[in-house]
Amino acid sequence: MAQFNLPKGSQYTEGKTWPKPAGAKNVQEFRIYRWNQDDGANPRIDTYYVDRDDCGPMVLDALLWIKNKVDATLTFRRSCREGICGSCAMNIMGQNTLACTLGIDDCKSNQVKIYPLPHMPVLKDLVPDLTAFFAQHAAIEPWLQTETPSPEKEWRQTPEDRARLDGLYECILCACCTTSCPSYWWNGDRFLGPAALLQAYRWLIDSRDENTGERLDGLHDPFRLYRCHTIMNCANTCPKGLNPAKAIAEIKKMMVAREV
Amino acid sequence: MVDNRPDIRPSIRTPRARVSGLGAAHHGTREWWMHRVTAVSNVPLVLAFVVIVALMAGRSYPEAVALVSHPLVAILLILGVLSVTNHMRMGLQIVIEDYVHDKGLRIAAVIANNFYCVVVAVACLYAIVRVSLRAFA
Repeated sequence: MAQFNLPKGSQYTEGKTWPKPAGAKNVQEFRIYRWNQDDGANPRIDTYYVDRDDCGPMVLDALLWIKNKVDATLTFRRSCREGICGSCAMNIMGQNTLACTLGIDDCKSNQVKIYPLPHMPVLKDLVPDLTAFFAQHAAIEPWLQTETPSPEKEWRQTPEDRARLDGLYECILCACCTTSCPSYWWNGDRFLGPAALLQAYRWLIDSRDENTGERLDGLHDPFRLYRCHTIMNCANTCPKGLNPAKAIAEIKKMMVAREV
Repeated sequence: MVDNRPDIRPSIRTPRARVSGLGAAHHGTREWWMHRVTAVSNVPLVLAFVVIVALMAGRSYPEAVALVSHPLVAILLILGVLSVTNHMRMGLQIVIEDYVHDKGLRIAAVIANNFYCVVVAVACLYAIVRVSLRAFA
């Protein structure tokens, strides 16, 4: 059956409480998930205090402040710090989002809780193993496929056809949606997940692509596509404001359209 | 407890090969579509069922038999049973596929579900036919 309790080795314990910054007037508490496979211990929740007057406004700023000034071993991914690389996706206050685009004030809590993305193997602290996630993206063949010989210049499309890709091309593959999906939690080995399916739809409706039928064939499966039960966690959590659930519904409509 | 996590055996198989698995089944749309169609047909048929049961309330047994013997009532009940049990069979199979990951248990549960829904359907149909034909006996 699906596992609703954490396995014994994954159950977390109370961790270390790090000292408050000396002389700070405006202090914010952070509770952060820590796990290191080398120490052989269960995960723990460490408590940190950040001097808000010395730190930027975003949650990522606070994480960097902790790493630079309190605990250099705190491990997380980050790169662009402006919501375009998708590296700093994590679970903050119970919601998957990007640490760089979420303000500390917007957490509206005196205790900001930060965990890695749910239900993925953890490599260390806030770093999940996204190997399968990216393999699923590769599986939908996210590139233009054509039979017609390439034109001398570029493949052309009307502004209207280009506009159909809006709300799809903006996906940064941060994995917030896929790891928020219960169907993906239970059947992540066979269900492609919202991010890969949104990308699949992006290529299905690209007016320049000539492999629409083959693409639909590859998705036509009770698990790859139809594990989506319109739970809508994906649309709810997407830090870019996209709607993978709608894209998946559109794929299902295309499937029916070629049968009925 | 059975380890239900995705295949984590040490293997040099690439992640891409693991995702491909056995390939797409090339089916599922018909089931998905029929699940929606039966959901739509359930709406009027379940309403009709509720009305029929409400009409029976307080009636004597011969009067209730007479009501079910009416062709329109019997046909609505039969259609309701067919629509609801089919919808139930497909819905329960989805639940099993979602939550039962042990391969043997999943096959057994899918088979049991199919048997169960057919038995429920046939028992209901038998009852309706028997009651409605009794009026003509």
